[in-house]
Amino acid sequence: MRFFVRRGIFYLITLWAAVTINFIIPRLMPGDPVKAIMARSQGKLDSSAEAAIRTLFGLDTDKSVFQQYLDYWGLLLHGNLGTSFMFGVPVVDIIRQALPWTIGLVGIATIISFVVGTLIGTGIGWRRGTWADNLLPISTFFSAVPYFWLGLLCVALFSVTLQWFPSNGSYDRALIPHLDMEFISSVLYYGMLPALTIVISSVAGWILGMRNMMVTVSSEDYVTVAQAKGLGERKVLFGYAARNAILPQVSSFALSLGFIVGGTLVMEMVFSYQGIGYVLYQAVSTYDYPLMQGCFLIITIAVLLANLVADVAYAFLDPRTRQEG
Amino acid sequence: MSAATTTYEDFAAAPPAREPVLEIRNLSVEYGYDESPTRVLRDVSLTLHRGEVLGLAGESGCGKSTLAYAATRLLPPPGLITGGEVLFHDRDGGTRDILRLSDRDLRASRWQDLAIVFQGAMNSLNPVYRVGKQLVDAIQAHLPGVGKKEAYERAEHLLELVGISPDRVRSYPHQLSGGMRQRVMIAMALALEPQVLIMDEPTTALDVVMQRQIVEQIAELRERLGFSVVFITHDVSLLIEIADRIAIMYAGEIVEDANALDVYRRPRHPYANGLLHSFPPLRGERRELGGIPGSPPDLGRLPSGCPFRARCEFAFDACATVRPRLTPPAVPGDDPRRRVACLRHDPEAVAAAGFDPVPVPPELAVR
Repeated sequence: MRFFVRRGIFYLITLWAAVTINFIIPRLMPGDPVKAIMARSQGKLDSSAEAAIRTLFGLDTDKSVFQQYLDYWGLLLHGNLGTSFMFGVPVVDIIRQALPWTIGLVGIATIISFVVGTLIGTGIGWRRGTWADNLLPISTFFSAVPYFWLGLLCVALFSVTLQWFPSNGSYDRALIPHLDMEFISSVLYYGMLPALTIVISSVAGWILGMRNMMVTVSSEDYVTVAQAKGLGERKVLFGYAARNAILPQVSSFALSLGFIVGGTLVMEMVFSYQGIGYVLYQAVSTYDYPLMQGCFLIITIAVLLANLVADVAYAFLDPRTRQEG
Repeated sequence: MSAATTTYEDFAAAPPAREPVLEIRNLSVEYGYDESPTRVLRDVSLTLHRGEVLGLAGESGCGKSTLAYAATRLLPPPGLITGGEVLFHDRDGGTRDILRLSDRDLRASRWQDLAIVFQGAMNSLNPVYRVGKQLVDAIQAHLPGVGKKEAYERAEHLLELVGISPDRVRSYPHQLSGGMRQRVMIAMALALEPQVLIMDEPTTALDVVMQRQIVEQIAELRERLGFSVVFITHDVSLLIEIADRIAIMYAGEIVEDANALDVYRRPRHPYANGLLHSFPPLRGERRELGGIPGSPPDLGRLPSGCPFRARCEFAFDACATVRPRLTPPAVPGDDPRRRVACLRHDPEAVAAAGFDPVPVPPELAVR
C-alpha cells in the first residue's frame, strides 16, 4: 500500500510541474496572437478592433505573470480551459468533441496491435527457426516506412483504386450522429482504414519485443525446470515463459497508451480525422494559445495516467517491484 | 500426506539389492547442426542402482551436465542426441526408454520417475510466482485429483522436510536466501516421490557452510525416503563423502567407474589419480599436491587413440592409435565390478593392435 501512496505523491508533483511548464511555454513563444488574428483578417478588420479583441480574450489588463499563473490554476480547477481564439468557443468543448474520436480509433487500434503483436511474438519466440521467422523482416519493413507515406499509400490503394474504404472523415456526413446501428457501423467502416494503417505500422515493435523476450526467457532455468516438472506445454508456454516475457511489453504498452492522445497528428492529417491531433495542428498554426495549452494539458495528463497504469500493472505482475511496507 | 509417508517408509525398508533403476547405454550427444558437429558425449554407459548415490565427477566441459540434460531429454538446442538409450526400471518391474517416450508419456514420467535439481538455485524458481504455487504446480500436473488445499498442505510438508518453515509457501523467491532457494528446489524435486534424483552441481553457487548443510540434508533424506541419486559435481572431495559409487568423466567419456572408496584409495585411471592429487586430504599423511598438466582436448578435434594421452605421464606408443574401452582393471584382487578405460589395464587390446603391452605402473596399482 505504501508503494501506491508514494507513487501517487510522485505523480501529483509531476502533474504540478507539467501544468506549470504548460503555462510558461506559450508565453515564451514568439508572436502576438491578436496581431496574428488581425493579419489573417487581411484588412477586413478595422484597426480599432484590435483593442476589442484584446478585451474579449482578457489580454487587456496588465497582470503580472505570477497573477496570471494563479488565475490559470484557479480556472483549471474549475474545469475552465479558456476560450479558443480561433473558434471563439470554450476550449473544453472542442477537446470534449475531439478526444473520443482519437481515443476510440487509436486506442482500439493500439490494443489490437499490442494483442496481435504480442501473440505473434510469443509464437515466433517459442518456436524459433520456423517459417514464421519471416514475419519479422516483413513487419519491420512496414514499421520502418514513414507513417504518412504508408497512410497515403493505403488511401491510394484501398480508397482511390479499389474503393473499398472512404478516404477521409470519420463517419458518413449524411448521417446525424446518433447512437444507432447505422451510425455506429458507419463509424466502424470509416475507422477501418486508419486503424489498419496504425496496426500495420506499429505491430512490428510488439512482435520484435515479445519475440526477443521470449527467446531470452525460454533459456532461463525456471523454464527448463517447468519442463522438467512435466507441466503441459501450454502451461510452460503461458504460465512460465510468456508470463515473464510480457513484463517489458506491459510497460511499453502503457506508455504507448499515453502517446495515443498526442502521437496521432499525422494519421489525423492524412485521413482528415477530427481527433485531438488535428485540433492541435490547427491551434499551433493559428497561435490559438488557449486551445494549444488545453491540448498539451490533455496530452500530459494522458501520459501521466498511462504511466500510473504501467506502474500499477507492473507492481501487480512482478512481485519484485513491490516494496514491502 | 500420511499416505505418502507410508510409501516412503515401506520403500526405505525394502532390502537393498543391486537392482538397476536407471541405465544409460551408449548415449551420444552432439552440439551443432552443421557438417562438423562437436561430439560432446561418446557412447557413455552408466548404471544407477536402486538406493545408490552415484557421483559423476570431471572438470568443466567434460560433459557431466550434458549427460544429465540428455538423459532427461531437456537438452537445449543445438544439442542433439545421436544415439543410445536411457532405460528407466520402474518399481513394479516395468522398463521404459526415456529417449523413445512419446511427448505425452514423457511429461507424465518427468518428475514422477526422475526429478532434477539444477545448478543455478538462483534462477530455478520463477521470480513472479510464490514458492508455494510452484510446488503446487508440480503436484497438480501429475496428480490432477489433488485439490488446491491438499496440494498446499503437501507443499508445506515438503518445505518442512527440507528444514524450511512451512509459512514460507507464501514467499516469493526473491525473499529467500540462496541456500533456502536450493532447499526449495530439493523439496520440489521430492514432491512426487521420484525414484531417481539427478543433482547437477546443487551446491556450486553456495558457500561451504551451506554446501555442507545441503549435502547432509540430501544424505539424510535419501536415508529416509530411499530414492537414488546421481550427484554431478567437479568437487571430487565432496563426492568421496557422500557417494557410494563414483564415475569419472573425461572429454565426453567415462574413464573410471568404481566404489567411492576404491576411487579414493585405489584410483586406476591416470586422470582419476591426477584428480585425487589435486586437493589435500583431510586426514592421513601429508602428500605432495600435483595438478594435471595441460588442458582438456578440443571436443571438436579429438586426437586419435586415448583423449587423455597428451596429459598422461603413463602414455606409451599404443595410446596414440588405440581407443581405450572400459574394462576391469588389470590389478589382481580388485573389485570385479569396477571399470577403467586405460590401455595400461587392457593388454589384450594393445596386443590386438600390434603393440607391446606395458604393465600397470605401481601408482595405478595401489592396494
